[in-house]
Amino acid sequence: MSVRKKSISPVLWPLFGLIALVVLNLVLNHGFLKITILDGRLYGLPIDILNQGARGLVLALGMTLVIATGGVDLSVGSIMAAAGALAAVLIVKGCGLTLALGAGIGLAIAAGGANGLLVARLGIQPIVATLILMVVGRGAAQLITNGEVVLINNPTFEFLGNGHFLGLPFAPLLAGGLFIAAHLFLRRTAAGLFIEATGDNEQAARFAGLAAAHVKGLVYVFCGLCAGLAGLMAAANIRAADSYRMGENMELDAIFAVVVGGTALTGGRFLLLGAFVGALLLQTLTTTMYNLGVPPAVAPVPKAVLILVVCLLQSSHARRWFGGLFKKGGVA
Amino acid sequence: MLMNLKRIISLTATAFMLFTTCGLRAEGAAAKPLVVGFAQTGAESAWRTANTNSMKAEAEKRGIKLKFADGQGKQENQIRALRSFVTQGVDAIVVAPIVETGWDPVLREAKRAGIPVVVMDRNIQTDDKSLFACYIGSDFYKEGSLAAEWLVKNAGARTRIVELQGTPGSAAANVRRKAFADAIAKSPAFKLIDSQSGDFRRSGGKEVMEAFIKKHGKEIEIVYAHNDDMALGAVQAIEEAGLKPGKDIIIVSIDAIKEGVQAVVDGKINVVVECNPLFGPKVYDTIAKLKAGEPVERTSYNVDEVFDSTNAAARIGERQY
Repeated sequence: MSVRKKSISPVLWPLFGLIALVVLNLVLNHGFLKITILDGRLYGLPIDILNQGARGLVLALGMTLVIATGGVDLSVGSIMAAAGALAAVLIVKGCGLTLALGAGIGLAIAAGGANGLLVARLGIQPIVATLILMVVGRGAAQLITNGEVVLINNPTFEFLGNGHFLGLPFAPLLAGGLFIAAHLFLRRTAAGLFIEATGDNEQAARFAGLAAAHVKGLVYVFCGLCAGLAGLMAAANIRAADSYRMGENMELDAIFAVVVGGTALTGGRFLLLGAFVGALLLQTLTTTMYNLGVPPAVAPVPKAVLILVVCLLQSSHARRWFGGLFKKGGVA
Repeated sequence: MLMNLKRIISLTATAFMLFTTCGLRAEGAAAKPLVVGFAQTGAESAWRTANTNSMKAEAEKRGIKLKFADGQGKQENQIRALRSFVTQGVDAIVVAPIVETGWDPVLREAKRAGIPVVVMDRNIQTDDKSLFACYIGSDFYKEGSLAAEWLVKNAGARTRIVELQGTPGSAAANVRRKAFADAIAKSPAFKLIDSQSGDFRRSGGKEVMEAFIKKHGKEIEIVYAHNDDMALGAVQAIEEAGLKPGKDIIIVSIDAIKEGVQAVVDGKINVVVECNPLFGPKVYDTIAKLKAGEPVERTSYNVDEVFDSTNAAARIGERQY
């Protein structure tokens, strides 16, 4: 195989991983891609992957933009829990769905705003600033629910996590729609460029007349918004808000999806499509473990191996090094 | 130097204790409330909250003064709490240890101060058995066995089981799994066809069950979940697949949270085995015995019950958590 001169899109690597996983699943379990129609809606493992992966997709969207500015948001899991908890409590109190959803999202936006304030205005390291809310957010969620799992019995709300639109699951449609909207907004206007400029060199961006602090603050607000939405989707999916466990470790999944998708943690560029594929890859990996019957105690190992492989493929250093090995070995 | 310091500390502690007892005696010799220090792990689950509430409510009922310390998931916090209980000279200490080891030094301090320690929920590993008075816990093994026994009696012709495990490595998941496997090994008709972890979460139970249904289809006849949250998640997955939980698929679960018992009443879960977090009465009974100098059992378990269609409706009213 000849070494390619032109750099190929980093999105291809997680896509290869995803395809490899699907093929592996197909070989070991022929029914993997089987989709049937049940009660007028699509039904099958791929649909499950999309439906369960929708929350991760929404989180990855917000996280991509934060990481593009050279930051990171560790608080998304806790914001999920807090937003889900608030919406659930309000629904149970009979406040009306609009108010409950609005309050949940509002809380998430406020949390994102707090992150943005700490990072952009007060100059605190993103990892520390968002760590604060990661701890406080979960505490707040437990305060809101009084430490109980709040059950939600509201079919309209449930639609957000379980509903079907024209036979298709609603949650992934929503996530996909958000991605497309974000793509159009960021790439058809200068907004995406502003974010990349801020992440690349904040000072230079400022000297060029860009309100870099505003850009930075706003991406955290947007990330908070996404986290809030993911929290509502998570609560809707299980018809309950579990303030202890909801969104636990989801921030790491989101960061993983973004990085595997080719967005560098150093900031300065972002690939929305990459994050999309990365998040899907992660969910497919989880479902693969169930599908292949990998014992849960060892499941982290194949997961880690695949993540490592995709990361190595991403790294041009690693690719060159492996290429060199093949040359020495005399492989054409 | 160190010895001196220690002596000073212990002297002040004794002086403080004398002082407080004197002060109390001055108030009224008859009503000297028992002071118990309780080092809880944290507030990581609804079970834990119910456990904390039971300890607090029962103390209030008995006129015991409870000093509550939240460990927030860290052993160092708990050790600090224990140490402060010793210096405050409480009458007894209850600890729900976050981890099993590393307790010897602080327990030795309590022993030297003559304060009995009751270990609750999770156990402590130590070579010196005299360091704590007794252990009161949940019998995970019994819970798993009870679940299996119910199946042997009630499952009829249905035999193929999928298991929703708790968090891998946790004692509750490991022991419930082993107990169940041991018990069904005696009835060779039963077959465990798949087992995955739902991480004790409702969302996890749902996600795993969705995958199981696609993978095994109609083969699944029984679901054994290590806790109610996962079972309730599985119920949703089964319903969304167009099947009837509790009828098309038998569901067995452990914990008996209120919602779990309610699902039994509604016929969506067939049986829940209790994992009782209400330790308050038993713990304070034990402390009373210790204080009276009576012998107590070294290891004892909170009593767990089984709720199925025969008794769930009658008992749902008394579920507190």
